[in-house]
Amino acid sequence: MSSRIVNWFKFSSPATFYPLAGRLIPWFTAAAVITLGVGLYMSFFVAPTDYKQGEGYRIIFVHVGTAWMSMFIYVVMAAWAGLGLVFNTRVSAMMASALAPTGAMFTFVALWTGALWGKPMWGTWWVWDARLTSELILLFLYLGFIALQSAIDDPRRADRAGAILAIVGVVNIPIIYYSVQWWNTLHQGASVTVSGQSSMETVMLWTMLIMTFGFWFYAIAVVLARVRCIILERERDTTWVRELEGEVQ
Amino acid sequence: MAEFFHMGGYALYVWGSFGVTLLLMVIEPMLLKSRRRAILKRIARMARLNVGEVS
Repeated sequence: MSSRIVNWFKFSSPATFYPLAGRLIPWFTAAAVITLGVGLYMSFFVAPTDYKQGEGYRIIFVHVGTAWMSMFIYVVMAAWAGLGLVFNTRVSAMMASALAPTGAMFTFVALWTGALWGKPMWGTWWVWDARLTSELILLFLYLGFIALQSAIDDPRRADRAGAILAIVGVVNIPIIYYSVQWWNTLHQGASVTVSGQSSMETVMLWTMLIMTFGFWFYAIAVVLARVRCIILERERDTTWVRELEGEVQ
Repeated sequence: MAEFFHMGGYALYVWGSFGVTLLLMVIEPMLLKSRRRAILKRIARMARLNVGEVS
């Protein structure tokens, strides 16, 4: 690794990616625990009570971060799937498969916390408006991707079929993001925009960002752990797996 | 303390949100741990079988 040019294709081989992922997991786990610990402390003890929503607004600290994650993970998943499709690199497709369950989990959490926030503030758990419906479709896209892949026995064909579904589904991401502008919805507009303007108080904004970073570290650690499982499951008949893990237990 | 858990009347919603999020973020790594254990066991078993064939 002394050369300045890193050959990224080197890590597209499961045999080199597997130990690399293993070395990274403890760091991301530690980062997630620390960041989420700080984020939770700030969520309850540092961030002030909202003048309009009282203590109920604190749901924002999980809701917004997980909703961002649900969209971002999908884009990352589709990008890995696309890479796998173009370069036929095995690890790319495995990364896409590894991201899907965590993405689905965050999508569910975004919907769940949204319902628990909607009930006291809007008076309803659920409405069929653009933001909520498109986020629900995102959950179905994740579940569809997982179901499609597990329905095809040949892993390479499953990768390709899943990749096409994932890439087509990307169309839903801008729909979710801009839904609050394009349609009249009950959901409020973005408090934080890409252009960097924020309508939130600084402490609240920082708490939200720290929680989001925590979710990021968590997602990276979990996805790397899952991709290691997928690599072992798919490569179990190879010599390198047997030499590396055959001795354990 | 009781006031803290009361969350100004929003206890169900706030703790319901944070609680379920935390629960899922504990369950997911646990499921992965058992998935890893299962595949490692399988690999070790196959390795033992192969050694048996050779000798």
